[in-house]
Amino acid sequence: MSMPIVAKKTYILVFAGLICLTILTTGVAFIDLGPFNTVAALIIAFLKMLLVLLFFMGLKYSSALMRTVLIAGFFWLALLINLTLSDYRSRSWTPTPESWSATSPATHP
Amino acid sequence: MTEAEASAHHHRFAHQFQDLEQQQETDTVGIWVFLVTEVMFFGGLFAGYTIYRSVYFSGFAAGSHILDVKLGAINTMVLLASSLTMALSVRAAQTGNRRSLIPLLAVTMVLGGVFLFIKGVEYDQKFVEHVVPALDWGPQGETLAKLAPGGLGHAELYFLFYFLMTLIHALHLIIGMCLVLWLILRARRNEFQSHYYAPVEVVGLYWHFVDIVWIYLFPLLYLIGGRY
Repeated sequence: MSMPIVAKKTYILVFAGLICLTILTTGVAFIDLGPFNTVAALIIAFLKMLLVLLFFMGLKYSSALMRTVLIAGFFWLALLINLTLSDYRSRSWTPTPESWSATSPATHP
Repeated sequence: MTEAEASAHHHRFAHQFQDLEQQQETDTVGIWVFLVTEVMFFGGLFAGYTIYRSVYFSGFAAGSHILDVKLGAINTMVLLASSLTMALSVRAAQTGNRRSLIPLLAVTMVLGGVFLFIKGVEYDQKFVEHVVPALDWGPQGETLAKLAPGGLGHAELYFLFYFLMTLIHALHLIIGMCLVLWLILRARRNEFQSHYYAPVEVVGLYWHFVDIVWIYLFPLLYLIGGRY
């Protein structure tokens, strides 16, 4: 079968880990770390996702094909977010030419 | 009859496959591809959220601080527990243990219901505070004092993302609960054995995906900019 039978203990340990990480992420939010609050929250969320993917979803035990499908998905998501953000982030780098201003109706007959 | 012969004679065996194992592998790849399309679907929302959060950070942080962290954290744990019982359900199906499969699936469904109930309590609180964009927007008193410094319009945008993302997540959870109910009905008819349990595994993968979406929604919606 596509997935070996995993010991119940493994699932329960993974669940305990997930609960600990949930408590940790909530606790960290009440400590002032400046911009690292967001970084910490995202790292913990990523770790939780890895636990669910590898054990609950059995990616640790499944074939390379399944992992390839998933990595392709995340690669596309990274493209979506990075390309969109690079547009918004770089808009202020150069001044907008005055001729682009919408307040000059004379140029639009 | 050997294992291979038994699998070849199973009434769920589709003739284009070599054996039930290859058939199940195909089913699993299929649900993974579907989950990737779901990643892209939620990805659009997450990308939009990221942009507006970076542009209107103080408005988003102020909006986030209106939410109840305790309820959000409890709900995260409820959903994680439902993922545990779902993983154990798949294990019960794998080992042909029908006696524990049905109760485990039932608990998974109930935990999904508990999550929705708590979410409903939170939504109700948002109507009390009048922070529901379009339907009931008009925070007053203490709520207004908390939201105004970050820009009221920006906080409204935050709540628009909050409701859109959590409602779409809740819709996925409702669909998941219907699928689990369908599994329970099929398990009652004894349709799953150790060599045929693909539906349980496929619904399980979908359920865990919905859990992962919430794993990201919780810090992104409830914990913006810290709560100190």
